[in-house]
Amino acid sequence: MENLKEKLIVTESPHIRDGNTTGGIMLDVIIALMPALIAGVFVFGYRAAALAVVCVGACVFFEWAWCKIVKKQVSIGDFSAAVTGLLLAMNLPVTMPFWMAIVGSLFAIVIVKQFFGGIGHNFMNPALAARAFLLTSWAQAMTTWVQPFTKVAFFSNADAVSHATPLAQLAQNVDTVSQATSASDAAVAELPSYLDLFLGTTGGCIGEVSALAILIGAVYLICKRVISIKIPAAYILTVAALTFVFGGNDGLFSGDALYHVLSGGLMLGAFFMATDYVTTPYTPNGQIVFGIGCGILTAVIRLWGGYPEGVSYSILLMNVATPLIDKYTAPKRFGVVKEKKGDKKNA
Amino acid sequence: MSKINANFNLNKRRKIFGKTEVFTFKGGIHPDDMKGSTETKAIVDIEAPAELVFPLQQHIGAPAVPCVEVGQRVLMGQKIAEAGGFVSANIHSSVSGTVKAIEQRLHPSGTKVQSIVIENDGLNEVSDELIPLDEETVSPQEIIERVKAAGIVGMGGATFPTHVKLSPPADKKIDYVIINGAECEPYLTSDHRAMLETTDEVVRGLRLILKALAIKDGYIAVETNKQDAIAKLKSCVQSDADYNIKIVAVKTKYPQGSEKHLIKAVTGRSVPPGKLPMDVGVVVNNIDTCAAVARAVIQGKPLIRRIVTVSGDCIAEPLNFRVPIGTPFSHLVEKCGGFSKTAAKLIMGGPMMGVALSSVDVPVIKGSSGLLAFSEEMAKTQQTASCLRCGKCVSGCPMNLLPNVIKEAVCADDLEKLTKLNLGDCIQCGSCSYVCPAEQNPLQYVRTGKAKLARQEVKA
Ligand code: SF4
Ligand code: SF4
Repeated sequence: MENLKEKLIVTESPHIRDGNTTGGIMLDVIIALMPALIAGVFVFGYRAAALAVVCVGACVFFEWAWCKIVKKQVSIGDFSAAVTGLLLAMNLPVTMPFWMAIVGSLFAIVIVKQFFGGIGHNFMNPALAARAFLLTSWAQAMTTWVQPFTKVAFFSNADAVSHATPLAQLAQNVDTVSQATSASDAAVAELPSYLDLFLGTTGGCIGEVSALAILIGAVYLICKRVISIKIPAAYILTVAALTFVFGGNDGLFSGDALYHVLSGGLMLGAFFMATDYVTTPYTPNGQIVFGIGCGILTAVIRLWGGYPEGVSYSILLMNVATPLIDKYTAPKRFGVVKEKKGDKKNA
Repeated sequence: MSKINANFNLNKRRKIFGKTEVFTFKGGIHPDDMKGSTETKAIVDIEAPAELVFPLQQHIGAPAVPCVEVGQRVLMGQKIAEAGGFVSANIHSSVSGTVKAIEQRLHPSGTKVQSIVIENDGLNEVSDELIPLDEETVSPQEIIERVKAAGIVGMGGATFPTHVKLSPPADKKIDYVIINGAECEPYLTSDHRAMLETTDEVVRGLRLILKALAIKDGYIAVETNKQDAIAKLKSCVQSDADYNIKIVAVKTKYPQGSEKHLIKAVTGRSVPPGKLPMDVGVVVNNIDTCAAVARAVIQGKPLIRRIVTVSGDCIAEPLNFRVPIGTPFSHLVEKCGGFSKTAAKLIMGGPMMGVALSSVDVPVIKGSSGLLAFSEEMAKTQQTASCLRCGKCVSGCPMNLLPNVIKEAVCADDLEKLTKLNLGDCIQCGSCSYVCPAEQNPLQYVRTGKAKLARQEVKA
């Protein structure tokens, strides 16, 4: 017959695919991170953009170099290294020296990701692990926050004005409140408003300043079915509930849940890091367990731990628990019904 | 499972905000339905070509045994091969003509199968082997006998002989018949058109099936993307003292038409692993099968034609045909105006569960719901990459399996682990492979895994 290939393709079903690829998904994540990056650049200036370029470039380069060295297929085409770089930049203060960012990228790609076999095999989120690594190595540089809208010099952070993050302020307030009511009132007045937190005119890491910008990206990812709402929703609601119940100065149920939800890396972590495919559970129920676990850890660290911020460590800890969660949350076999339950319904 | 339980679930189908609640199951996927090019096109009757091929294996079970000889003249509707056992089916000639040969011919499955070749004399002389029966006075036994005589099998693709479904063992009490109008495979519209154009036959067929099973409750389940069919069916059924027939809207989702999932959606009953629908008191039949039952009983027509959707990006004018069984697919392609661009893959059935053909010169058989012609572009899959552990295959699997873990276990040759992963539950729906962004093709590994386990069993 005309227009018929001599040798037809004979493969087993299914014969069609939904067209999603690893690269496409990673590209969507990059697109979704753009609003947060733009907000970061708006608040902190062009150095934020430069830092992002450095991190992405370094991560892609290390991925390429590693593949060349161990002679395996170069995998930078799937954009996963670029995503790691971008996420790492989002988790750095704008004053971070470039060389430290490059060391962080090296750690993320080579130690956390490639040592374990590359994409799909690492058990911790590379960007977050690198953040934790940088925090222990150069705590000073990692916790130098600048006042928003101050000019930051490109290569030196000498003139950076140290500025507490909203969460650090909140922690301080809780500590001082019992001593002098009037003094703490004054301090509370200085806390950024909800609107500031939402729009992003506060101190913090590059990517975490604006909840609004993060939400825009999150909605994009959810609409494109790249991520499901399960983990972020479970995470954020758990943090909100726990900080509301235990986070207040006037006994139980007086905490400022909204403040906790909007400030710090929670939004960024919940939507972009706790949803990383590789390091989170693949079972639908496991994803909810993961979100709740992250939420509990974050709330505990924020309320009772030594750090004002606990998102990174919470997610990393839950990353480690992921295989266990998967094991115990495998979906129930189709068609198996508990007879007892059915009978109760009948009654 | 008790009757009360089922009633509880059925009563749940209440109205919410004036809209009928739509039922479904958990999991599954949402492929583009691609039905637009044929769903509004009326069925076109096709003339039989000069030569027709009837493979003796067109159904699940034993192959049929020829009952004609080479050189013998046969009439349209005449039995040419006899069921080779209880689970088997008669085969009838779809034209009048001469038996040219009984020989090995290429079957859609890709292997050569003993087949009866008939030369069409173009006279369309009809055999009167089966006489029309009165649908009011016909007895259940007579219906089952007729369904068997007419060679009716499941026409959705599974091709299980229908008379077997209608003769459940005495200890299995049947409560419901569900007619499967889900047609959840993309591209296919043959059932959709049958519901619209042969509504009366579908409904009467259902009444006959209910009669054969001596029960009252029948459902026709249709996916919500076929609202016109739902409306048409609703206007044609009226429940009366004898039969209680309802049209049920089920969610448009793949694989809604899988027997187990349709039963779950419609009745709330769960078919346990390894069990059959009849174990939970349900019999499921395909739309065209149901209409075939009506034609066999009321008009005395054996199963010699079926509706076939011809579609895909290489078909010049996609159409729905009523085709004499035994017609080569190449004949259908010609009637569609040929291939508009180079076809690289031909599929019999739907794109999710259909069979890739190795040649266009194989015959339409009883289970051929469609022919799809895909270009190289459409047929190609992306490169395999590392599993991302994204869980899309897990949340998409309608049987709640762990396709990614199965693949790992197969690759690691971990048979012990494999035995715990319930590979036998897999219904081969292909959802896992469809959604996988890393092109892992987990279904292929499920197949390999099953073979490995079977081999181990043989050894043990
Ligand atoms: S494992 Fe089997 S049942 Fe599950 S999605 Fe894949 S093909 Fe379908
Ligand atoms: S869908 Fe593919 S990539 Fe995702 S978990 Fe399943 S096998 Fe792995």
